[in-house]
Amino acid sequence: MAAPGGDMQWCFSQVKGAIDDDVAEADIISTVEFNHTGELLATGDKGGRVVIFQQEIENKSLPQFRSEYNVYSTFQSHEPEFDYLKSLEIEEKINKIRWLPQKNAAQFLLSTNDKTIKLWKISERDKRPDGYNLKEDDGRYKDPNSITSLRVPVLIPMDLMVEASPRRVFANAHTYHINSVSVNSDHETYLSADDLRVNLWHLEITDRSFNIVDIKPTNMEELTEVITAAEFHPHQCNTFVYSSSKGIIRLCDMRESALCDRHTKLFEEPEDPSNRSFFSEIISSISDVKFSHSGRYMMTRDYLSVKIWDLNMENRPVETYQVHEYLRSKLCSLYENDCIFDKFECCWNGNDSVVMTGSYNNFFRMFDRSQRRDVMLEASRENSKPMQVLKPRKVCAGGKRKKDEISVDSLDFNKKILHTAWHPQDNIIAVATTNNLYIFQDKVN
Amino acid sequence: MSGDKVKARTPEEAPADGTEVQETINVSLEKSEEAKLKARYPNLGHKPDMLRKRLQKGQKYFDSGDYNMAKANNKNKQLPTAAAPEKSEITGDHIPTPQDLPPRKPPLVASKLAG
Repeated sequence: MAAPGGDMQWCFSQVKGAIDDDVAEADIISTVEFNHTGELLATGDKGGRVVIFQQEIENKSLPQFRSEYNVYSTFQSHEPEFDYLKSLEIEEKINKIRWLPQKNAAQFLLSTNDKTIKLWKISERDKRPDGYNLKEDDGRYKDPNSITSLRVPVLIPMDLMVEASPRRVFANAHTYHINSVSVNSDHETYLSADDLRVNLWHLEITDRSFNIVDIKPTNMEELTEVITAAEFHPHQCNTFVYSSSKGIIRLCDMRESALCDRHTKLFEEPEDPSNRSFFSEIISSISDVKFSHSGRYMMTRDYLSVKIWDLNMENRPVETYQVHEYLRSKLCSLYENDCIFDKFECCWNGNDSVVMTGSYNNFFRMFDRSQRRDVMLEASRENSKPMQVLKPRKVCAGGKRKKDEISVDSLDFNKKILHTAWHPQDNIIAVATTNNLYIFQDKVN
Repeated sequence: MSGDKVKARTPEEAPADGTEVQETINVSLEKSEEAKLKARYPNLGHKPDMLRKRLQKGQKYFDSGDYNMAKANNKNKQLPTAAAPEKSEITGDHIPTPQDLPPRKPPLVASKLAG
C-alpha cells in the first residue's frame, strides 16, 4: 500500500471513451466500481451496457511502474422495457454495479437498473476440446459408418475468451426506482433499496425477497421523505444504513426485528429552524452513503458537502468538508436548471485516510483527513499526456479573479463528475465524466 | 497532497466566531437566493409535489404502440444542450400501426468505452 500521508501527486494514466463532443445518451456513464482486488474495473452506462477493464501489471521492477487497464469484457446487461400496467418506460440505465468477493475462477457482479437486479458471471475460457469421434472439426456430424477407430478428445489451448452470462435475475420486487444495491459481508445475501423500501435477497433465490424497510405512508399525501441510498456494514452482517432526502441516516440491526422500520441509531446534524431556507432540505438530501473500510465511520454526500460520521456519535458528523461552497450563491439558477438535484457519489481510499467526490466543470475533490489538506483536480483531455501531473484547480467565488482561477460563472454545469472510484489498495482512481472514464495514479505509486 | 489546508470542523474545536459568521453568511446567501426564486416563480410547488414527481420519474406513454413509435423516432437522440430533460418527446400524434413500428430489436451498439 502507498505510504499514508506525504504529498500525493496525481498523474494522468489513461482515458477511455470517444473524444468527440457529440455524446449519445446511451454513452453516459452511470456507475463505476473496482472489484475487491482492484484488478477489475467495471462501468455501467445509460444504454444498459457494462464494460469491464482488467489491470495488466507491467514490469514491477521499473521505478515508475504503470498499470494499464484494458478492456476485458463488455455485455448488454439490461434492455429498455415497457411497463404495460403503468404505461411507463423502464430505463435500461445501469444504476449500480457491485462486485461479489471472488470465490472461484469466475467473477460475479450484481448490476441493476430501476426495477431489476441481475447477477452476472464473468468467466474465462482458454481451452477447447479437440478430436471428437462423432463430429467433424467444423461441427458437422460424421456418418457413423465411416468411423473405424476411437480416440479420446483432448483439451487444446485457444485464444482467451471472456464470457459474461446472466446467472440470476431478481425481478418484480420494486414498485419504485432502485437506487442502491449492497452485498452483505456474509457473501450470501444482499440488499436492494428503492425510494420507499429496502429488500433483502439471498443470492441463490430469485423468487422471494424479504422487505426489511418500508417507509411508504398509508396516505401518499403525507409523504415527506424518501430513501436515497443504502449500504450494508462491511463486517457486521446484521447492520445496514439507509440515507434519506431529509439528510438523515438510519442504522438498522436486523437482529432486532424482521421489519426494521424502527432504527437502532439515527444520525442527523441539528439545524436552527430559523436558518432554514427553501433550499435547505433540497441541499441536505443525501446522494450517497459509504462505510469506511474499517467499519468505524461512514461518509455521506449532500449537495454541497461531504460529512464523516462516527457510528458511535449520532448527533453530528465528526468531520465536514465543503466541496463547492461557491455554489451557495447560485442556488436559484441551479434549481432552475435542475442541477440542484444532481446525485454525486463519494468514495474512500484504501486506508480511509482520504475521501473523494466529484463536482462540476469536470472537477473533482479529494480531502485528506489525516493531513487536513484538500485539492481540486480536473479530468480533461487537455491534461492527458502520459504521466502528466494534474495541476490543482481553484474556483473564484466572486470579486477579483486571480490568474489560473476560474470564475463561478464560467463553470460548465453540464460537465459533472457524479461517479468516482478508488482502487481498494493502491492510489489509482477512476473518474467518470459524462461519457469518458479517466484513470489517474499517484506518481509515487 | 498539494493544496490549501482545509477547514474540517470537528466538535473538539469550540466553534470560533469564524464558524458562526460563516453560517450566518450561508444562511443569508440561501435566503437571498430563495427570494430570487420566489420572485421568478410566485406559485412555487410544495414539498410533497417535488417528492411525488421524483417517484413518478419517467415519461408516460399512451400505450406500448405509442412507446415504440417514440423510440423509433428518437433512436439516435443526442444529449440536449440544456441541462433540462427532453420534454418534447414525440407521442400521441399518430395512431401507430404494425408497419410503422421498428423491427423487433435494433442492432445493439457496443459501448465506446470498449472501442
